Amino acid sequence: MCLATLEVFWTVIEVMMDVCNWDGTVSAKDFRIGALSFAQKWESLNSAFPPWSWVPCPKHSWLASHELLQEEGYLSLENICISRPNEEDIDQNSQTDPGEEETSCSEKEDDIDDATLVQSNHHELHYCDFHVVYSYTFRVPVLYLRAYCSDGRPLLLDEIEKELPACSSKELPETKWAFITQEEHPYLKRPWYKLHPCGTSEFMKLLFLGGDTAQPKLEVVLELYLLSWFSAVGQVVGLTIPCKMLNDR
Amino acid sequence: MRKALQKRMEAQKYVWEGAIPLQIHLHESQVTTLPPPPPALILAPRIGYLPLLVPLIKPHFRSTLPPGVDTIWFEYRGLPLKWYIPTGVLFDLLCAEPERPWNITVHFRGYPGNVLIPCDGEDSVKWSFINSLKEAAYIINGNCKNVMNMSQSDQLELWHSVMNEHVQVDCPAIEKCLFKFFRLVLAGNLEAYLRVSSKLKLATIEDEYTSLCSSKSQQGSGETDFTGQVKTGRVPVRLYVWGLSEDFDDLEDISQVDSWEKISYVNRPVEIHKEGKCFTLHDAMKNLLPEFFSDESLSDSKLAGVDFEDVQKIPSEDVSSNKVVEDRGQNAYEHREACYISSSAEIKLIRIQGIEPKLEIPFSWLVNNLLNPDHFLHICVCVKVPQ
Repeated sequence: MCLATLEVFWTVIEVMMDVCNWDGTVSAKDFRIGALSFAQKWESLNSAFPPWSWVPCPKHSWLASHELLQEEGYLSLENICISRPNEEDIDQNSQTDPGEEETSCSEKEDDIDDATLVQSNHHELHYCDFHVVYSYTFRVPVLYLRAYCSDGRPLLLDEIEKELPACSSKELPETKWAFITQEEHPYLKRPWYKLHPCGTSEFMKLLFLGGDTAQPKLEVVLELYLLSWFSAVGQVVGLTIPCKMLNDR
Repeated sequence: MRKALQKRMEAQKYVWEGAIPLQIHLHESQVTTLPPPPPALILAPRIGYLPLLVPLIKPHFRSTLPPGVDTIWFEYRGLPLKWYIPTGVLFDLLCAEPERPWNITVHFRGYPGNVLIPCDGEDSVKWSFINSLKEAAYIINGNCKNVMNMSQSDQLELWHSVMNEHVQVDCPAIEKCLFKFFRLVLAGNLEAYLRVSSKLKLATIEDEYTSLCSSKSQQGSGETDFTGQVKTGRVPVRLYVWGLSEDFDDLEDISQVDSWEKISYVNRPVEIHKEGKCFTLHDAMKNLLPEFFSDESLSDSKLAGVDFEDVQKIPSEDVSSNKVVEDRGQNAYEHREACYISSSAEIKLIRIQGIEPKLEIPFSWLVNNLLNPDHFLHICVCVKVPQ
């Protein structure tokens, strides 16, 4: 990377967040910019994988759309098969339509070839919906998820835990209340599981400043923020970032 | 300052002792005996949560329940009540015109798991409370270490101080007033709560109202503990907004909330800014609901805050009484009228702990006095929105 680009980067990042004192958090607007950019990159590099979609949401359900001055919303990735008969299937997540009533499916998801569906005769297939929602309290992205069987029956936390990678499952019983809790989805107002965001800003600070994050454009910096966040949080729920996204720098 | 502190304690005591008379009916589908059981009458603490009343309600209806496993939930006119919202907030929000006793229905079967988070009794409520406290601590201090690192015994003590094990006492006075089955549920133990929660070392917000008054009254008395230092702070606020499309003159004319879709509730920290002006409830509302405030009102400096001088006129003796919340403003600006937001929308009602405070009241006073034990200020707002 040439010196000039580096200088631009530091200027950008200094404006965005005083880098030395940065607390690892982002604003709602920055979250949206980063999320959109992340979703776009994901789609362009992983066309075989279901895309993330941005679901715009009014802050108040009764507000007319023209009053959406500052558009709020969340990132959504739905109908992901989380059943893993063996470890090799981790990145072969695929989607089907379990007939679940849903409010926010991207039309593009219909284009995905179902031929990659993970088949298992031994146990029932489980599916998961993931939403990345901005927390105004913690000022970081928060992962919400819910899981269900192919017949639409929702899974309980202990059933979901069985599907989680072994490393995080071990931690779960010890720090249950600090880790995954069932809470109301901030926009859908329904019970979802929430990966607790308490320590997010701290690990983001480490992740983000430790890596080679030199990028000249603000949206790329924010996209990287989302990418770094997802690389840590996704692991807990068995979602890995496709290699292409990490290499394409 | 000591006097101001006493006043604050007094206001907090009012909040902690606040209670809603509940008349709880068993849903007809679960009545198996004739005649059906009479409703249970319970005085429920405002700061408490509905599932904590179950140990009182269950014995009352036990004999009439059909066989099966209990999954208890409450409903008000068809609307499942969210158990993680404090009882007082539910009442303020759903009863625009206060209904006393508040007639709600209890169900022992058919839990609406798609709408309500499962509740395994007291334990679920406790974790919900602790999580809420954690969130508040993060907003106030920038981290929640003190809540996370709390010892088990402190955590338990704090929780018990809030629910006070929902001690049940007989209340002969109430019994005389027709309510044979009325039970008073003691609210938490404020002193124990203050003792344990002080260990959390949550930063406090300087009470502009009290400090301004005391600085005035203590002038010349040599008091030095009030420095007049400008402070800012982040305040955990839980805002519940009920949007109504029809206009109304009387609260009685408001239709019932039949779906949670009509209510939006968000956690939004409010940053207290003091730029030579007292940061008022009006400023906080503008912060929370910017889409309701038109450009005209933004440019109106009169609306942006109340001058210190006006605040200083208020005698400090009345600081904590609810009455002053109602009466003040007669001699100040009539902000209620000035509360027009964008041309078509309008804030109709703001309620905190059952009180309808004037918009010009210093926000710090509300925060310091009307806080729930989870350290959130729960604000209920009813707005008229364009169709």
